[in-house]
Amino acid sequence: MNNNVSLAQKRRRSYGICAAVFLFPVLLFLAVYLLYPIIATFFNSLHQWNGISADKKFIGLANWSKLVTDSDFWRAFWNNIKVMVLSLIVQMPIGILLATFLDAVGKKGNAFKALWFLPMLMSSVAVGYLFRYALATNGGIISSISQLFGGGVVDLLGNQATALYAVIGVVCWQFIPFYMVYYIAGYSSISPDIYEASIIDGSTRGQYVRHIALPLLVPTIKSAIILSLIGSLKYFDLVYVMTGGGPGTSTELMATYMYKNSFDTFNMGYGSAIAAGMFILITLFASIVMRLLNGRGND
Amino acid sequence: MAKTDIQLKKSAQKKRTAWAVAIILAVLWLLVAFVPFLFMVLTGFKQKLETIMYGAFHLPETLYLQNYIDVITDVNFWIYFRNSVIVLVVSLVILLFISACAAYPLSRFRFRLRGPVYLLIVAAMSVPIHVTMIPIFQMTINMGLYDTIWALVPTSVAFASPISVFILTGFMEGIPRELEEASDVDGCGLYRRFFKIILPLSTPGLSTLAIYNGVNIWNEFIFAFTLTQSNGNRTLPLALWNYQGQYASNTAMIMACLTLSVMPMIILFIIMQDKLVKGMMAGAVKG
Repeated sequence: MNNNVSLAQKRRRSYGICAAVFLFPVLLFLAVYLLYPIIATFFNSLHQWNGISADKKFIGLANWSKLVTDSDFWRAFWNNIKVMVLSLIVQMPIGILLATFLDAVGKKGNAFKALWFLPMLMSSVAVGYLFRYALATNGGIISSISQLFGGGVVDLLGNQATALYAVIGVVCWQFIPFYMVYYIAGYSSISPDIYEASIIDGSTRGQYVRHIALPLLVPTIKSAIILSLIGSLKYFDLVYVMTGGGPGTSTELMATYMYKNSFDTFNMGYGSAIAAGMFILITLFASIVMRLLNGRGND
Repeated sequence: MAKTDIQLKKSAQKKRTAWAVAIILAVLWLLVAFVPFLFMVLTGFKQKLETIMYGAFHLPETLYLQNYIDVITDVNFWIYFRNSVIVLVVSLVILLFISACAAYPLSRFRFRLRGPVYLLIVAAMSVPIHVTMIPIFQMTINMGLYDTIWALVPTSVAFASPISVFILTGFMEGIPRELEEASDVDGCGLYRRFFKIILPLSTPGLSTLAIYNGVNIWNEFIFAFTLTQSNGNRTLPLALWNYQGQYASNTAMIMACLTLSVMPMIILFIIMQDKLVKGMMAGAVKG
């Protein structure tokens, strides 16, 4: 009896040790490159520091009180919200429409599918540069169309009033294929029997989509919304290379504002405060959205 | 009887109009998705003066290849390319191996800290990169890795590992337990079991993850931008940045460079469309 217990104990212990050995490398990476940096960022946010010299002065919550009243930061946050809401409004319906079309035409739509997917093959940096020139006044696409119809040049990116909307348009161009594929996967998880049954019962394709397929897609739509909302708050690469936050601060986002403060003007104490603020806002936002969309505890 | 005939005709007509509208919209979206690409490729074949004098839709006067030749024969371009390949390969090998290692106990064992560790990894998936950037910048300098391509390996591994562990854990849970029980009888230890049974059976999951992470690492910009400085130590996404600084006013040159940078993905897409798409979506399927 005694022997038995110790054997089971020994076995359990060997499992524990084995688990520790196998988990160690990943946990080490996460501790050094994620956990420690998050803590250090909060710590740095309490200091005045240029990031290079050893001269790091503790200034308490001064950076934070500056952040709370920094109109540029809130402007950037507001821009993030605009990107978030507008890209949701544009991306989701178009993504669903494209997927619905491809689901309806089946294999015949493969050429459409391949070409519609193309934007996803470009990196955000490449997309940013492409549109920096494609939206330029000189030889850009929009300007050329306008000139074709006898209009003047259109300077979407150079105009404070339109720059952000141009950026949002490009963001949508880049990500609509992603949501399209996402919804195609949703459609293909609906059993073909359901479609056949609804047709036998006399419904049309449109009725099938509206009354049967869309309700079945609701979980897919919910997770797509979460992906899009949270992604919008972290947005960086594309905007940084396309507009650099300008003209003025019209396309400044939280991430670009943080980057400029930290690595252009080397105000790393304040940059840390922005980064930490961004972290708090995103975490808060993500948990609220997940609660609202998923009910509770539903992952 | 006649009435239903009319009704049928009417609904057939309605159906036809619906399809016509759908196809018009589909073609319209095709233009939206494709015209910027066309612009990129065509402009790459133009001469600098053409891009200044004519609009975007003016076809190149001759098939001017010099932009592409200039980029391809530039030594720097190949240095960027080599750096990207090294970072990609080294990061992927480390990442996939340690992620599989971590997924093994999480999916197969019961131990006391399993829940908390799993939760930690899931939480790590949603950390925004910017909150870690300044300390990582400092750390990289202190470790003597600043401005070397090796600075980019640990960041790639660290930020890709939570989602990779998450996906692989799910994958390994689907491997039947009978296989392990049989090996247990054969006296195969916990460690050998991983290498002999679980790892080989996880190949499909690993290959999907290789695509997903490979694309992301290949395109990674912000750490490459922050942690390296000199041309000899930068990766391809930074090549675009540097060319842009060098040829800012030469639209044709930039577009040639962009076209070349997209080529590897287009080639992959042509060779294995379904696999690539599936791989690229791997991170979203359960995010």
